[in-house]
Amino acid sequence: MKLFPFIISAATTVGLVTVLNSTLVLPAPLGKILNPQSGVWQNAESANENFNANLSFPNLKGNANVYFDERLVPHVFAENDEDIYFIQGYLHAKFRLFQMDLQTKAAEGRASEIAGSKAIQFDREQRRLGMRYAAENSLIEMEKEPKQKALFNAYTNGVNAYIEKLSPKNYPLEYKVLNIEPEKWTNIRTALLLKMMAKMLSSGTEADLEGTNAKNIFMPDELKVIYPQVNDSLVPMIPKGTVFENPAIVPIKPANADSLYFNNQKLVAAKQAYKPNINNGSNNWVVGGSKTQSGSPILCNDPHLELSLPSIWYEMQLNTPTCNVYGATLPGSPFVIIGFNDSCAWGVTNAQRDVKDYYEIKFKDASKKEYWFNNQWQASKLRIEEIKVKGGASVFDTVAYTIFGPVMFDASYNGMATNVSENRNLAIRWVAHDPSDEASTFYNLNRAKNYDDYLNAIKSFQCPGQNFIFASKTGDIALWQQAKFPARWSGQGLYIMPGQDSSFMWQGFIPQNENPHIKNPDRGFIESANQRPVDSTYPYFIPGQYLIPRGRAIEHYLTTMNSITPKDMMELQNNYYNITANNIVPTLLKYVNENELGENEKKYLDYIKLWNFMANADSKGQTVYNVWWKNLQQFIWDDDLKKSKANVAYPTSQTTMELLKKDTALKFIDNIGTPQKETIVDAVTTSFKTAVTILANYDANGGLEWSKINKGSVYHLLKTNMPGFSRPNLNVGGNGDIINAIHDSHGPSWRMIVSLTQKTEAYGVYPGGQSGNPGSKYYDDYVNNWAEGKYFPLWMMNKAEATDKKIMATINFKKG
Amino acid sequence: MKFLTSILLTALLSFAACLYLPWWSIAVVAFIVAALIPQKPGKAFLTAFIALFILWFALCFFLSSANNNVLAHKVSILIIKMDNPYLLMTVTALIGALVAGFAGLSGSYLRRSK
Repeated sequence: MKLFPFIISAATTVGLVTVLNSTLVLPAPLGKILNPQSGVWQNAESANENFNANLSFPNLKGNANVYFDERLVPHVFAENDEDIYFIQGYLHAKFRLFQMDLQTKAAEGRASEIAGSKAIQFDREQRRLGMRYAAENSLIEMEKEPKQKALFNAYTNGVNAYIEKLSPKNYPLEYKVLNIEPEKWTNIRTALLLKMMAKMLSSGTEADLEGTNAKNIFMPDELKVIYPQVNDSLVPMIPKGTVFENPAIVPIKPANADSLYFNNQKLVAAKQAYKPNINNGSNNWVVGGSKTQSGSPILCNDPHLELSLPSIWYEMQLNTPTCNVYGATLPGSPFVIIGFNDSCAWGVTNAQRDVKDYYEIKFKDASKKEYWFNNQWQASKLRIEEIKVKGGASVFDTVAYTIFGPVMFDASYNGMATNVSENRNLAIRWVAHDPSDEASTFYNLNRAKNYDDYLNAIKSFQCPGQNFIFASKTGDIALWQQAKFPARWSGQGLYIMPGQDSSFMWQGFIPQNENPHIKNPDRGFIESANQRPVDSTYPYFIPGQYLIPRGRAIEHYLTTMNSITPKDMMELQNNYYNITANNIVPTLLKYVNENELGENEKKYLDYIKLWNFMANADSKGQTVYNVWWKNLQQFIWDDDLKKSKANVAYPTSQTTMELLKKDTALKFIDNIGTPQKETIVDAVTTSFKTAVTILANYDANGGLEWSKINKGSVYHLLKTNMPGFSRPNLNVGGNGDIINAIHDSHGPSWRMIVSLTQKTEAYGVYPGGQSGNPGSKYYDDYVNNWAEGKYFPLWMMNKAEATDKKIMATINFKKG
Repeated sequence: MKFLTSILLTALLSFAACLYLPWWSIAVVAFIVAALIPQKPGKAFLTAFIALFILWFALCFFLSSANNNVLAHKVSILIIKMDNPYLLMTVTALIGALVAGFAGLSGSYLRRSK
């Protein structure tokens, strides 16, 4: 009788299949993933992959051709607008489907559907921030005009045309590894993607909560010194001395502002757990014909964002009878975001302006159904959020919406709370929630022929605030800081505001024509690098998280440069000059007491004495400076800030530098925890000694070279979950305050230089590759060039060049 | 002769089945082949094991070679925690081989239990 062995072996087989087909025992269904016929091996794209294809879709109106050049950049030629965006959607999906899916799900607060329970807090915060609400409001605007709606529909149809013909064996690798399926595209997902950008760039540019806590520690006059609105060393985008017109709106400060607001010392526990990185900045500049060798303007832009594989950008040329544009596109959205056409070029940097305020809400009871406003109980709108969790039960959260906006923090959620008992109900008023259609700005910019077209295109752009820089072949150069910015009374929105009546609400918005702008200045160049756009004479109160150093460094070079060539601009984008260090190091060296230093310590001091102030990859001086300066700032501020357990804003490096240069007897130098009075000599010397212990540790563990400390890296979107799919520890220097702003996984996500000569001469590079498939040789093939500061020529192809040897494949689209 | 036939038949039918069916259809194939072609249980296990080991190793070897192992380097770090494409191919082949082997063994016992 062989029944018994049969049962044993059959059970073993079933058991093996079950284990290998699921995540019951293994972290991934290995049988499903590794089988060669439908698992990840199918994603091993042949080195000679043939991208040629003939495709037909009933949604198309006419014929179209896509020519891929040797870098896999598609040059798309279509007969009309709808077809070109259908194909843009199709190609985004073909090469970048997973990132579009992941990013929009994350934007909406659905990351737990992919990552499981560890993402629940992230999802709650996204929902409490009102991300979906913002996208819904945006969608209404996007679909208002039938013509505009048709374009978004075409894009969506293009994405779905690709998804529909995708069989599981062809799913992008990440779907297989995560054991999930792609989700159909919709227009609201495009809106969500743009709101993701809005969060990235305008939800971390306020410091209301940290500022509220700072009020508890520092006196009003101290606050002004430590957190200045206008830094002394500021070099604004709009040159000093520019005369501003009288403001159309003069907001009135409420009579009770001092007692209820400025002098309110109540702490707050809540802290955004997923606040965007402060280094989400960028550089752009344009030099006019008077300063270039060719006599034509050159426009440059490098947006600093989280660097990822696949990259946030996808390079394309889009050509129709009425539009010919080239540049960086954002998979998930139609249009070119940063680029150039046959007449002009444009780029963007972040405005860093504060467009998000917090209001304290008083609920009638724990149900959050009613809140006190203008002397009566008002009904709030309760939004029940269901967060679906992979491998677990759904989590429900209730978010109350008030006249201000969603109540982000309340008794049930306070983010990454600090150890403070003040749990307050905080509603947010955020410009990103207002109905707007940012995408149409790019549709119009793609077609702009001159300055007026550019201005008309950007006027409707509301959030996030951007510095749109512009140059045309007719020689115009210009910059507008554009968004819908609240008109505030002085001090409004720096701290949590009372929300029990309308008196502290925004009283209006700065008229668009009063936004900071500049056109064709005599000095022949314009730059923006996240600094405050204007000096103190601008007639509005405009708080923000401004970054000063890069703008100063760019001005330092552009002021004296002449006969500029694109090559000069490449060098400037890759420049490592540390202007802040140049300002503060003389003070450090003056006050460090060398008599107190041992031989070993003096060795490290020599690195900084011999340093040329360049933060390049092999610089040791930059490392010594960085550690020393960080420790000195901690010496000065930590004792004061730690008077409170609450989360308090750290003064910026720029401000501390200015304060020390101005007053070496600065009272904050003294450590309030010690009986003696510390002087600048004590501070500088002690912090240097502390730094040396850290530096010696670096020395013993791999070396002092700045690249090893700064760790410029490009990670896969799933970060540490995908070891082997990233490009960590590149041989690059940089930092957030350096023009070449590489720091950790942050930095120039796209470098572009456009010389607007008769035949456009353009160059670009990004740290990634055109294919999102980790099994493709085009996945990360630009990374080395980017790290080395090399560029690719950007080829604005002419249809007659279809037989050019640079064309390696063609996809023909036709109606059918 | 039965030995070789079993290997060939299992490999061929597994390949065909996986064109349309989930990966674990290899177990069904191995089971049926072993139930139809009479062999000792040990040999039934071995033929199914060898069939899938060769089939899966060959398939991923060819796919990966054309890819210059670009993908295999990355996936090996992810799954076997070391950068070794050929070890990943071996692991792949072993998974197919083990599943098919036990399915073949079951098929053989079924035949004998009649």
